[in-house]
Amino acid sequence: MSVNVQIPAGYVPVYTRPRSLSEARFTYCPGCHHGIITRLVAEAIDELGIQERTVGVAPVGCAVFLYEFFRCDFAQAAHGRACAVATGIKRANPELIVFTYQGDGDLAAIGTAETVHAANRGENITVIFVNNQVYGMTGGEMAPTTLPGMRTVTTPEGRDVRATGYPLRMSEMLAQLDGPAYITRQAVFDVRHVQMAQKAIIKAFQNQLEGKGFSLVEIVAACPTNLHLPPAEANRWVVEQALKYFPLGDLKVRD
Amino acid sequence: MKVLMRGNEAMAEAAIRAGCRCYFCYPITPQGELVEYMARHLPRHGGVFLQAESEVAAINMVYGASAAGVRTMTSSSSPGISLKMEGISYLAGARLPAVIINVMRAGPGLGNIAPAQGDYFQATKGGGHGDYRLIVLAPSTVQEAAELVMLAFDLSDRYRVPAMILADGMLGQMMEPVELPAPIPPEKIPPKPWALTGAKGRAPNVASSFDLDPYRFREILRALWQTYREIEKNEVRWEEYETEDAELVLVAYGTMGRICRTVVRQARKEGLPVGLFRPITLWPFPYEPLRKLAERVPVLLTVELSSGQMWEDVRLSVEGRAKTPFYGELGGVVPTPQEILSEVKKYVR
Amino acid sequence: MPKGLVIIDKERCKGCGLCVAACPFGVLAVTSELNRYGYNVAKATAPEKCTGCAMCAQMCPDAAIEVYRMAPAKEGV
Repeated sequence: MSVNVQIPAGYVPVYTRPRSLSEARFTYCPGCHHGIITRLVAEAIDELGIQERTVGVAPVGCAVFLYEFFRCDFAQAAHGRACAVATGIKRANPELIVFTYQGDGDLAAIGTAETVHAANRGENITVIFVNNQVYGMTGGEMAPTTLPGMRTVTTPEGRDVRATGYPLRMSEMLAQLDGPAYITRQAVFDVRHVQMAQKAIIKAFQNQLEGKGFSLVEIVAACPTNLHLPPAEANRWVVEQALKYFPLGDLKVRD
Repeated sequence: MKVLMRGNEAMAEAAIRAGCRCYFCYPITPQGELVEYMARHLPRHGGVFLQAESEVAAINMVYGASAAGVRTMTSSSSPGISLKMEGISYLAGARLPAVIINVMRAGPGLGNIAPAQGDYFQATKGGGHGDYRLIVLAPSTVQEAAELVMLAFDLSDRYRVPAMILADGMLGQMMEPVELPAPIPPEKIPPKPWALTGAKGRAPNVASSFDLDPYRFREILRALWQTYREIEKNEVRWEEYETEDAELVLVAYGTMGRICRTVVRQARKEGLPVGLFRPITLWPFPYEPLRKLAERVPVLLTVELSSGQMWEDVRLSVEGRAKTPFYGELGGVVPTPQEILSEVKKYVR
Repeated sequence: MPKGLVIIDKERCKGCGLCVAACPFGVLAVTSELNRYGYNVAKATAPEKCTGCAMCAQMCPDAAIEVYRMAPAKEGV
C-alpha cells in the first residue's frame, strides 16, 4: 500500500490490499466492476498461494492493462484469442496455473470459437468472463450480450433483436458441453454478491489446481460510463435489467 | 543414412529433431502428411500435438507455447496462412520465436491444391499488419527442407524473430532420399530468461506487443529493426550454379529453383552459357550478390509460379544494370524445362 | 478508540462512492477534497462509527481501502 499511515497500536488488519496486485493504479473508470473483479482474482491467487506459478492472459478491451496490475507473468493475447493462447501456455507447461480474463466482446464475439473449443476440450484453465453488455474500451458499442432495446453507440435507437439477434448466454451454451468442469454466473453489484463471486473464482482456480479441467466464471457486471449512470445506479441497473437475461447461479458443477 | 521420405514428413521429422515440443495445426491440403506425421510421432517424443479449431486458434496456441519458452511450430497452406497473419504479426511484435511452415498452393481464394508461389509478398513483405519481417527460408529439395526447418528453429530462437519455411505442394508431396540432420540436444537450445515460467524470485515477465506510448513503442520497434538489420547482414543465403561465365542467369527459388537447374544443364548441353541464381533466404533477400552478378551478366531471367513477386526484388537488386525479363505461370500450372529453355533462347544464342 | 479503522489510499480513489453505499454505518462520504487526478476522494467522515466490517474494502473497484480492527483485549491477562 503506497499510503504510509501509522496504524495505531492495538489495531490488526482485517482487509489489506492483495499481495499479488502490483503498485500500479487501475486504469478502469470510477465504479467499474472490472476493478472489483480484478481485485477478486488477486485475492484468489493470494488465498491459494499460487502467485509464483500463475500466468495470466490479458484480453484486448478495458482490461488490456491487466498485466500491469499483477505481480505474475502475463501474456497479451490478440482480441478474442486468449483461450487459444492460454491453451498453448498450459499445454507447454502444465505446472503453470493459467487464467484468462476477458470481456464479453473478447470472449463471446470475436473469441467465440476459441472459447467454445477450449471449453469443449476441457482445457485445464480458469476463465474469468466479465459480461458488462458493451464494448467499453472502444466507446460503448453493442456487444453480443447487449440487452434488447438497450442503447449503445451502434444501436442508437436501442438494440433491435430482429436485426442483431438476442443477448448471447455463453454460460448456458458452454454448460451443455461435456468438457467443462465448472460454469457459473456471478455478479458484484453488492457486497454479498462480491463475496459469492470471490468464492466462485477461488473454486475456479482450485479446480485447475486439482486438474479438474475447464472452469469459467461469468460475472454480470456494470459499465457505468457507457450506461451513463453513476456507479451506485449502474449497480441497480444490473439487478433490474441485466439479471433478467443473465440469471445468476451455477450452471455446471462436476466434482 | 539416407531415407526415402516425403517432403512434408521430412519437415515434420526435422522439427522434432530441432526440439519442437508443441505443434498446433489445422487440416489443409497439400500439407496433410506433415500433420499426420506429427500426430504419430511428436507425442512419442514427449511433445504436444493439438489439432485446433482453426488456423487462427492454432497460431495463437503457438503464441502461448512460445511465450512459455517452448520450441513450437504450426504448418498450413496459403489460405490457412492468411488466417494466421494476425497471429504472426503479434508474434513478431512480442518477439516470440516460432516456426511457421507454408506449403503453398494456388490462389487467391480457394484456388486449388496445385503448387504455386503466390504467397511471396505475404511472406516477405509482412502479410500481417505493422512494420515487421519474417525470416523466410525456401527449400528446393526434401533434403534442404529438412535442413532449413532445423535452421529456422535456430535462427528464430537466436534473433527472437518468427521464421517461415516457404515450400509448396510439389515439394511437400514429392519423395526423395534424405539424410536427416542429427537431433539437437536440449542443452543446445538457447536459454529463454524472458519466458513465462512463473514469476518466482524474479520480476514478472510479460509477452506483449502492446504499448500505448508511441515514444516507448518506437524504441521497441527500433530495437526490432536493429535485429532485422543484423539478420540482413549475417543470415543471407543463396546458391549460384554455373554463373561464372553465364550470359543469362535464371533467378528462381524453391520448386522453380530445381526445375531451372535442369534448364541450365540442358542449355549447357546445347552450348548456351546459362546459370542459376537461387535465393534460399527470401528474407533477408540476397540483394548484394544478385547486384554483383548483374554487373557482368547482361540478362537475369526471373522465373516464378506467380505473376512476378520475387521479380520485384530482383529488379530492386539489379537497378537497371542488366535486363530483367520475367517468365511466370499461374493457377498451379508448373512449366516444363523445355518451356523455360525456349524462353531462355529469346535472350541468348 | 473506535472498533474499526478505514485507510483509503487517496491517490487510488476515484470518488465512485461504492464504498459509501456499501458501508452499513455511514462512516464514509465522498468529499470535496481532490486527489492528484482531480477525483473527489472518499474519506471516513464519521470514523467513530466504524466497526471494521471491511464491506467498503470488498466493494472498492480500485483496491484503495484497507481496514483494521481493534484487537480483542486478552481475557484474564
